[in-house]
Amino acid sequence: MNASSLAKAVIDGILTGGVYALMAAGLTLIFGVMDIINIAQGALIVLGAYMSYVLSVHLGIDLFLGLIITIPAFFVLGVFIEWAFMRRLRDQERTAMSILVTYAVAIIIEGILSVIFGADFVQLQASYINSSFHLLGFYLPYIYVFGFLLALVLLGVLYYILYRTHFGRGVRGSLQNRSAAELIGVNVNRVRALSVGIGVSVTAAGGMVFGATNSFNPSSGYDLISRLLSIVILGGLGSIGGALVAAVFMVTLEDVVAVVWSPVWATLVYYASLIVVLSFMPNGLFGRAAVRAQ
Amino acid sequence: MSTLIEADGVCKSFGGLQALSECSLSVPKGSISGLIGPNGSGKTTLFNVMTGYERPTAGEIRFDGTAITGATPEKVFGLGVGRTFQITRLFFRLTVLENILVATQRHEGWLRSVARRAGSAAEHDRALEMLEFVGLGRLANSPAGNLSYGQRKLLELASLLVADPAVLLLDEPTAGVNPVLIEQLSERIRELNRAGKTFLVVEHNMEFVMGLCHEVTVLHQGRTLVNGTPEEVRANPAVLDAYLGGGDDDDF
Amino acid sequence: MTARLPFRALLVGVAIVILGVFPLVFSNPTTTSIAVFTLIFMVAASSWNMFSGYSGYIALGHAVYFGVGAYALTLLANHLGFAAGWGVFALVPVAGIIAGLVAIPTGVIALRARRHTFVVITIAFMFIFQLAASNFAFTGGSSGLQPPTPLWSAASYNDHFYYVAAVILVATVLLSWLVRRSRFGLQLFAIRDDEERARGLGVRVGRVKLSAFVLSAIPIGMVGGVYAYFLGQIFPQFAFDPLFDLSIALMAFIGGLGTVWGPLLGALVLESLQQYFTVQSGASQVYLIIYGGLFLAVILLLPRGLIPSVEDLIRRWRTRGGAQDRATEEGGGDRTADVVKAAGAR
Repeated sequence: MNASSLAKAVIDGILTGGVYALMAAGLTLIFGVMDIINIAQGALIVLGAYMSYVLSVHLGIDLFLGLIITIPAFFVLGVFIEWAFMRRLRDQERTAMSILVTYAVAIIIEGILSVIFGADFVQLQASYINSSFHLLGFYLPYIYVFGFLLALVLLGVLYYILYRTHFGRGVRGSLQNRSAAELIGVNVNRVRALSVGIGVSVTAAGGMVFGATNSFNPSSGYDLISRLLSIVILGGLGSIGGALVAAVFMVTLEDVVAVVWSPVWATLVYYASLIVVLSFMPNGLFGRAAVRAQ
Repeated sequence: MSTLIEADGVCKSFGGLQALSECSLSVPKGSISGLIGPNGSGKTTLFNVMTGYERPTAGEIRFDGTAITGATPEKVFGLGVGRTFQITRLFFRLTVLENILVATQRHEGWLRSVARRAGSAAEHDRALEMLEFVGLGRLANSPAGNLSYGQRKLLELASLLVADPAVLLLDEPTAGVNPVLIEQLSERIRELNRAGKTFLVVEHNMEFVMGLCHEVTVLHQGRTLVNGTPEEVRANPAVLDAYLGGGDDDDF
Repeated sequence: MTARLPFRALLVGVAIVILGVFPLVFSNPTTTSIAVFTLIFMVAASSWNMFSGYSGYIALGHAVYFGVGAYALTLLANHLGFAAGWGVFALVPVAGIIAGLVAIPTGVIALRARRHTFVVITIAFMFIFQLAASNFAFTGGSSGLQPPTPLWSAASYNDHFYYVAAVILVATVLLSWLVRRSRFGLQLFAIRDDEERARGLGVRVGRVKLSAFVLSAIPIGMVGGVYAYFLGQIFPQFAFDPLFDLSIALMAFIGGLGTVWGPLLGALVLESLQQYFTVQSGASQVYLIIYGGLFLAVILLLPRGLIPSVEDLIRRWRTRGGAQDRATEEGGGDRTADVVKAAGAR
């Protein structure tokens, strides 16, 4: 262990964290607007990875270009999921039911992928995946950097939508106080559907980067969703900024621990850090304090 | 008359929003006190602070002379303070009778509470008695979710009564209720008051408040504006100003 | 209404008889093996339901207690030099208690959070334990551990485990039933319906939730021990398995959260389905689709689960023409009906 491998771990962590941040942002957005925990987010990322796989292997479309197809497609998928399943959940037990419903969607996705692709591990290939930037004595794989930049761009777009558009104001209003937003006349159904659409569309991008940097198979969703959930909770449910900070923090911590202590304990520290933070800040870093009455 | 429950210099802020500032209120024992004020004046927030659902940023709540600031809602109820909510809250998936039984909490050991059937015969009798008192006797084993709006309010009240609280804080008990039921409600409150119960009632229905309460406090923008008998309050020009001029965001 | 009680008792009696006689009738080891797994899941689903179904706090980390039970039994059996055979079963209750003890600190931490965060904390704990088990030497690392192997004949091997699991099942169902009709159970249901209001009515929610949580960990720890002994080998990723958590939640849900019999029915249906598809090689991934589809169908069409929906149907059929007697099994109409009757008779 030396300073340079430590520095590399930090850099890797930040780059990877950025991508996780994007996927986590989608998850926290869905929760904030719908009060729904979308367990299917992990499976959707895997689906996104497979879609990029199909486009690149069978149609020869470049991974990043393929996003022009997959992102809108996933947006539509998200809107469909909201309309078909989430809308029916009665408000009373929304959260508990949403966990079960989205889990069902997740296993259906996993099942379909298994049937089509089998259980073999695959990884997305491209000319730039195996080469790296040589910068300041570090090798930064192209794909990590591109992925990180992609995440930044999409997060920037997300920010723009949320903070600079009329629609975005409606979403943020719903994030803060749903009933008040309804009273003001925000079209809640539309906001919900579109929010889920956005929340799911980021998984297309996240899936592509994930698939390019990891080998995956249809069952890869479990590990992913567990990590994303931890990020979202640590950052504070409903806070996109929180998801960002938490993602970079947790992933970087894990990478650093892997170098400093041992890779074997790194993942454990990842999850343990969630517990530790929650013991001091029960609502996560930027979470809304629970309103006790009403 | 001694004070049963009081708020003393209570302040409460939510982020940037100052919901209560130096708010003071005292409820004499055995009285029916009213709490009025335009929307957003902090009435429900004050209730929340008094019953332990929120912690004040400053100030004290006292029950029968003892400070209870920051006590949990369970403890506050155990001391004898019951409250209803602006939007009627019940255990909708339980039956009407079960709703009442939840409140008949006896302090028994954990093992017994697991092994014994919910509610002894005596408790069941008392629960049914209470239901009869509010006229819901025949609906004892309907799911609470099936009740009409007015019936729900009555059930909410009955659930509190069964624990024999010393003081009841009612948050807009007549909202959305038909005039006949309002009259019945008034009667029940007076009956209970004669039997020794103290009331603090938040209301928008002026007739109800003026006709029922011994004294009224007016809240405006988180501050106590005026306090006095209904006639005094009604005549006070500052109160009219508050209602016509004020009323910003909704209560949280 | 009075006729219902003996009728139910009769059904329970029949069920117990079937339970006892099953391995004698279907003695094929493949069948009894499936039966052992089914019983294990029935206990787990029922136990999980006692906490999550009754309180509405969906916990997805009870695999922790299953795994702790599995490892506890194995470690104790190996280190205390238990001879393989009936004796090891004596460690099963110990495994349960150890799981219960582990549930105390984990429960305290998890229950401080509100429901959404709670779920994720339970998931996080599950992974922490799994990773810990994979990394510590005393738990055998990723190669796992092996409890002693009893020398019973192949024909009757499974039966021993079957009967132990069956006894645990009866005890768990009894516990579940007792809790449901008790004041404690009523408090849990109140927490489920409106926790903040329950506090305002004096329910000590912290205490109640933690008790239920710890209580629900014990039977799961016990069947974890049985599982370890039955398989003869435990690996961290199977002892602490996220699929376990999701399966028992699904089973309890399909059968009916908050009911006593629902999780049993759900476990019966789902475990049999799962085993059926596992046997049918080639279709093993299709079962995931069917699983998920079945689940969605139940959620969207029968959102309260099979048993409450069936109960509702029966009630509606019985009292056609309208009655106000529509209290459901979930909340517990039985108590109320008896009470009103008793009051009327005074």
